[in-house]
Amino acid sequence: MTVKEIFESMEYGPAPESAADAYAWLVDQGDRFGQFINGAFTAPGEGFEAKNPATGEVLALLSQASAEDVDAAVAAARKAQPKWERLGGPGRARYLYALARLVQKNARLFAVLETLDNGKPIRESRDIDIPLVHRHFYHHAGLAQLLEVERPDRRAQGVCGQVIPWNFPLLMLAWKVAPALAAGNTVVLKPAEWTSLTALLFADICRQAGLPKGVVNIVTGDGEVGERVVAHEGVDKVAFTGSTEVGRRIRQQTAGQGKALTLELGGKSAYIVFEDADIDSAIEGLVDAIWLNGGQVCCAGSRLLLQEGIADDFQARLRERMGKLRIGNPLDKCIDIGAMADPAQVERVRRLVEGSVAGECFSAAVEIPETGAFYPPTLIIGLAPSDALMQQEIFGPVLVATTFRTPAEAIALANNTRYGLAASVWSESLNLALDVAPKLAAGVVWVNGTNMFDAAAPFGGVRESGFGREGGWAGLDAYLKPAGAQKALRPIAGFTGGTNGVVEGMDRTPKLYIGDKQARPDGGYSRVVYGKSGKALGQVPVANRKDIRNAVEAARGAATWGRTNGHGRAQILYYMAENLSARADDFAGVLNAMNGGRKGADEVEASVDRLFTWAAWADKFAGEAAAVPIRGMALALREPVGVIGAFCPDEAPLLGLVSVLGAAMAMGNRAVLVASEPFPLAAMELVQVLETSDVPAGVANLLVGPVAELAPHLAGHADVEAVWSFASADLSEVIERESAANLKRTWVNNGRALDWFGAGGCRAFLEAATEVKTVWVPYGE
Amino acid sequence: MTIRTETAQTHLPQTLEPRNAGVPLDLDQVAGVAVNTSAVERRAGTLPGRRTVKKEFQAAWLCRAISCIDLTTLSGDDTAGRVARLCAKARQPVRADLLEALEMEGLTVGAVCVYHDMVAPARRALEGSGIPVAAVSTGFPAGLSPFHLRLAEIEASVAQGADEIDIVISRRHVLTGDWQALYDEMRAFRAACGAAHVKAILATGELGSLRNVARASLVCMMAGADFIKTSTGKESVNATLPVTLVMLRAIRAYHAATGYRVGYKPAGGISKAKDALVYLSMIKEELGDRWLRPDLFRFGASSLLADIERQLEHHATGRYSAGWRHGLG
Repeated sequence: MTVKEIFESMEYGPAPESAADAYAWLVDQGDRFGQFINGAFTAPGEGFEAKNPATGEVLALLSQASAEDVDAAVAAARKAQPKWERLGGPGRARYLYALARLVQKNARLFAVLETLDNGKPIRESRDIDIPLVHRHFYHHAGLAQLLEVERPDRRAQGVCGQVIPWNFPLLMLAWKVAPALAAGNTVVLKPAEWTSLTALLFADICRQAGLPKGVVNIVTGDGEVGERVVAHEGVDKVAFTGSTEVGRRIRQQTAGQGKALTLELGGKSAYIVFEDADIDSAIEGLVDAIWLNGGQVCCAGSRLLLQEGIADDFQARLRERMGKLRIGNPLDKCIDIGAMADPAQVERVRRLVEGSVAGECFSAAVEIPETGAFYPPTLIIGLAPSDALMQQEIFGPVLVATTFRTPAEAIALANNTRYGLAASVWSESLNLALDVAPKLAAGVVWVNGTNMFDAAAPFGGVRESGFGREGGWAGLDAYLKPAGAQKALRPIAGFTGGTNGVVEGMDRTPKLYIGDKQARPDGGYSRVVYGKSGKALGQVPVANRKDIRNAVEAARGAATWGRTNGHGRAQILYYMAENLSARADDFAGVLNAMNGGRKGADEVEASVDRLFTWAAWADKFAGEAAAVPIRGMALALREPVGVIGAFCPDEAPLLGLVSVLGAAMAMGNRAVLVASEPFPLAAMELVQVLETSDVPAGVANLLVGPVAELAPHLAGHADVEAVWSFASADLSEVIERESAANLKRTWVNNGRALDWFGAGGCRAFLEAATEVKTVWVPYGE
Repeated sequence: MTIRTETAQTHLPQTLEPRNAGVPLDLDQVAGVAVNTSAVERRAGTLPGRRTVKKEFQAAWLCRAISCIDLTTLSGDDTAGRVARLCAKARQPVRADLLEALEMEGLTVGAVCVYHDMVAPARRALEGSGIPVAAVSTGFPAGLSPFHLRLAEIEASVAQGADEIDIVISRRHVLTGDWQALYDEMRAFRAACGAAHVKAILATGELGSLRNVARASLVCMMAGADFIKTSTGKESVNATLPVTLVMLRAIRAYHAATGYRVGYKPAGGISKAKDALVYLSMIKEELGDRWLRPDLFRFGASSLLADIERQLEHHATGRYSAGWRHGLG
């Protein structure tokens, strides 16, 4: 075209970024890669092709890691770990700083290679992915520097097995590697099969940074390699980002292995637009919500919820906007949507969209390259929450929409999902937006924005979007564990008796405590509890799965507890302490009679003190402001987890129960507690304390029963958000396995004892009883 | 309502477009304006990274920018001679050999913009070129002279042959939310302009918020402005991309509601070729190609042209250029 012609047509024309340096780097590496183990690349072996999804061109040959490769990588990481940890935070900070600088110095090479390998527009890899990567390493250099001061009683988990997805290949590597290294761990990381190249370039960078051998190991291959990494017995901590399906499998595979686990999984994030929003900006936001990286974003704003009065106008303007999107060569600097990561992904999205008959489907009339893995920006309106596409994660450039009438309905629709990763709220009313944000079941909420990320702002999900946070101190904590060895916990059996179950004194009818009622056990059975001498001390009910069901229902109904303020919750906890203290002698007597000891009074006193501790924390663990580089706030709020089920410890039947209950209640949770099986009587007595302390119905529910039988039911219950186990019986594996059903948070003892008189009041309880929700509030007049 | 028009080959909107007749003041629409500053800034801030033009496309776009420049001199020391020199530059904005290389012979700027007393000299200097003369008016830049004098100033400039009148609004009407007063004032200015087309200068740097910019834009369009313009060039903050985005969206909304296309003129602070390209891409994205014509878009600029000339020479020769190789304006 001549200048004169373009002067009239005013087209954009091609603006390609050169890929010469990236190709040169690949050639330098021989276009073939082995595994990066112990600071060096192994000889390339059998494997697979790394392809450019925009063209189908083969970029390099990669090797499928063998079982021996994974063994070698884990062994190298294990060998390197103690010295790396002993280096200390400030020493590690120097390396993280070097990595940050090297990423920055090679920014364009990383960006071009990422775009070649993944298909995302160069604008995104250049302006979003890579800058976030070096920001992440910088930030974690700082966290490492401050670690020993800020977290004096914690230490590294050990060797981390990390598996990352193909949508943000290098960024997800940074989110995994930076905190692991900062905390003193070593890693074995497996990048996604479709997108391994920038991880291999990063390996090269690690060598340049002089990182000690074995601190970072990278193995390539398919899902089988990933399974080997996470299942490896030499791995202490597993971190995974990817699909909910695979995350669930990892939870099941690692059950009972004593591994720490964090999962960042799928989403179907709501994008709520109220009628008073800046509509044009909300539409522009959608471009970044659902068409960033072609919608291949776990937190993509993929469910558009529009207030009815503006819906038609909004949709009409949105269609106009979609027509302006440019899709094509990812290396073109003037392209909005590049290729999807693989032709298989295009096929998957096509099948999902074509398989849906509901709603009205609109594809933007934009030019699309004839070859390559491209899919047009698509909008489907008029869907109902019951339609499959409103529930399933599409993971492509497909936006689904529906309408709502009121803020309450918007919240109900937004939360009508198994997922809970992110949400956007658009309104010019701060009152409305900040009222809605805390009510959304999501780990991240953006007010008048979308897809904002920063190393200082914790990111992660609730529900089946996974657990654990990445970013900030909350993210770093996932790579730390308590310092000091924990003793093994032997199963504790109750006493048996020979007095034929005759209980002295007035007959007492033992009951479960469900809601605000003392309830007979569903099964209609009771059993006798004996003291050390064999004397019958009393009877306790035998709860079954239906009692679990009823207790969870009662707890679910007590949702208002989570919205009460910390001061109010503290009052109730203090009142419980007061009433427990008033009956201190009774409780001491029961404890002594049950376990045949003489320390009952000490345990009661410690329990009163513990309630004071949790009451003290109730209004002091609300979260913090994250220092993010925008004009605005990012609040990392500590929200209650929800309904927590717990199996209480046997070695401190009262103190343990009070520790668990108090922590859960203080942070605004409702609890379903299963008392110590061998020593349940103190829990029964506690019912009267609860009844007289103004504890709202359903907030605290107490069951007594066979823990091994109850554990799968409580852990598998879909309406329970977390399950903890401190029972001496070995429940860890069954709980972790069954929890995979709804990916609830678990905290199990793995057969290790906790010092209930000391650590039973530690910060770990507060962290487990809360979930970080990061609310981004950019502002400006 | 949509009004289809021919592709513009001329500078004045009223020759191609049904002129914006204005509509009754709709206070509900004004009150309903929502502008989220952070989101607007993000859009404006990321656009330069999302759109770019290279090589011959860049050269063509820069020529387009030239065709949309209101070549301006608004100085106390302006003389007929100074204005004549500017007008000569308006006729021949780029060295002839470069235009020949680009096959863009005949390219001129969009208009020449001067104070009232320089209208007649400008008219004379532009005789036969087809380039319109724009006069800043109504007590420019503060707009605080007696109202009847402001009207009289418009009439005097029109009588002298000004084709376009750049009026300044009373910022106080915006700052106090007196939309009726703003509407009435604009209506009166528009009436005084007669056949000359009227650009409403909002002085956005003095309006306090982007929301006010959007509201003032709407009210001026409702009152019949042919163009809305950011600034006088004399405020401490003049044209910016966020302000531009807000005004373009207001123009789009007004077009959707009435079918009238209103023009846009950013003024002040745009001095680099690269910036001009970003403005053009923002207009292309937000309003569409129809607005990329001098009848609907102008740059109010004095030094922009010199930078564009250097870029065009670089395109034509492959070598970086120097300012002294191009004729002064």
